[in-house]
Amino acid sequence: MLKNITLGQYFPGNTFVHRLDPRTKLLIIVVYIVALFLVDKITAYLPVIVFLAISVMVSKIKLKSLVSGMKPLFVIIVITAIINLFFTSGEPIVKLWVVTITKEGVRAAVFMLLRISLLIMGTFMLTYTTAPMQLTDGLESLLGPLKKIKMPVHELAMMMSIALRFIPTLIEETDKIMNAQKARGADFETGGLVQKAKAMLPLLIPLFISAFRRADELATAMESRCYSGGEGRTKMKQLCYGAIDVTAGAAAIVLLAMVILLNTFGI
Amino acid sequence: MSNIIEIRNLVFKYINDEELETVALDGIDLNIEEGSFVVVLGHNGSGKSTLAKHLNGILQPTEGTVLVAGMDTRDEKLMTDIRRKVGMVFQNPDNQIVANVVEDDVAFGPENLGIESEEIRRRVDEALKAVDMWEFRSHAPHLLSGGQKQRVAIAGVIAMRPHCIVLDEPTAMLDPVGRAEVIETIMRLNKEQGITVVLITHHMSETIDADRLIVMADGRIIDDGTPQQVFANVQKLRDAGLSVPETTQLIFELRKEGVELPLSALSVDECAESIFKAFA
Ligand SMILES: Nc1ncnc2c1ncn2[C@@H]1O[C@H](COP(=O)(O)OP(=O)(O)O)[C@@H](O)[C@H]1O
Ligand SMILES: [Mg+2]
Repeated sequence: MLKNITLGQYFPGNTFVHRLDPRTKLLIIVVYIVALFLVDKITAYLPVIVFLAISVMVSKIKLKSLVSGMKPLFVIIVITAIINLFFTSGEPIVKLWVVTITKEGVRAAVFMLLRISLLIMGTFMLTYTTAPMQLTDGLESLLGPLKKIKMPVHELAMMMSIALRFIPTLIEETDKIMNAQKARGADFETGGLVQKAKAMLPLLIPLFISAFRRADELATAMESRCYSGGEGRTKMKQLCYGAIDVTAGAAAIVLLAMVILLNTFGI
Repeated sequence: MSNIIEIRNLVFKYINDEELETVALDGIDLNIEEGSFVVVLGHNGSGKSTLAKHLNGILQPTEGTVLVAGMDTRDEKLMTDIRRKVGMVFQNPDNQIVANVVEDDVAFGPENLGIESEEIRRRVDEALKAVDMWEFRSHAPHLLSGGQKQRVAIAGVIAMRPHCIVLDEPTAMLDPVGRAEVIETIMRLNKEQGITVVLITHHMSETIDADRLIVMADGRIIDDGTPQQVFANVQKLRDAGLSVPETTQLIFELRKEGVELPLSALSVDECAESIFKAFA
């Protein structure tokens, strides 16, 4: 039951989007988010949607996996849209009993719906097409200048990649402990919130103990392999920008320009 | 041949929070020859893991000295050099794999040594081929079997080009198939590449092909010799809480009944043949 968590999931491939340097993708996602938040005319969403659609098509990511990834957040999106719909003051268009829907409310709801969904889908596209290790490598490289002001950039990137590496291992272990305890009559499904939380306690304690033991052993193993921090370390897979990164970067700039243009002249 | 490891009068005490001492190693003297295949045997708590951790400076002697290729493990400055000479493989494969992709994990050691990227690539490919895991280079480690994971861990060590590999019960968590894969890989590395192997185990079947067998009990070495010599002393092993290989057991019992058999027949074939001869 825990197997289908899609946190940080990656769909391997060898498409244009997959081959982009992770730094390019990180920078593009920043531009994409900026563009998305700049939008204040409905037509200005068009370039954002087109940009996303093209990258989905090029990367051969199934629309289904993109939508199913959004499922856990669906409730939040709908609630935000509803709040916006009913609680925005302005020119009323529908009056039903105590609720009024205003023109501004509809607009705000549509905007919110588009903004959140496009934001989530965009970031999913990043994690779906970039291997976690590449992502942390990219972050480490982009944040590299911060090392000068004593930010532990390498250490943070290492922590992230180890955390990502151990997520499946720990999920597997949780499953195992859960089954072992279910076999002895533990009940994780029924009862209220408090009861469920209580049932989780005997699950968390062995899990944490084991995680600490793992951490200890991993540290020994890393030291045995001569790890001593980022100083003097090299990489087998060096990041390097190529022609495709220039093309993709240009596309992102076009996106930003189109949004600004449509904000000014569109409807 | 020269010794890759020289241990003189090694004593090691664990000291816990209440200042209580556990003497884990109690006067170990040991030389390990370059290129040999040494198996260390001993019951739980006899100090095998503690000894292993002294061989690459994870632990430092309370008393005595440990020299790795002539370098004293107490010298912090030599630590990187010591650890590139002696690689270490641990029991749980899950807790020694660092990366999300097989080849990235194998690259971890060489990356720490600051080797340039093309050379790392070469070493990683070589190491993965040596353990027969090259087809899996872009797989996620958590999807591999136990034996495969352990072979990836071995590749990660040999990519650093060590002279010696120490394996602390590498097969304890594996099924028989995985166990065979790992042992076969280790033996091949020893024979073909001349890497010194120190294998800690409590599976008797893994000791038979060793050049040398060391038996530990209560922090001391109680027996040291070829497997034939060591297993000939069945009673002593039993006193140390160890069993002997099934073949030795069988011959031992038959000898007690007065059948003339050599205790040196360790493999199943040798054993069968000597019994056949005795009764022919
Ligand atoms: N971290 C530790 N702290 C205190 N005592 C330890 C620690 N690790 C091992 N010991 C003790 O040292 C002795 C040798 O342990 P170990 O080297 O792990 O044996 P083996 O690997 O042969 O089972 C045991 O008595 C054990 O209880
Ligand atoms: Mg041990």
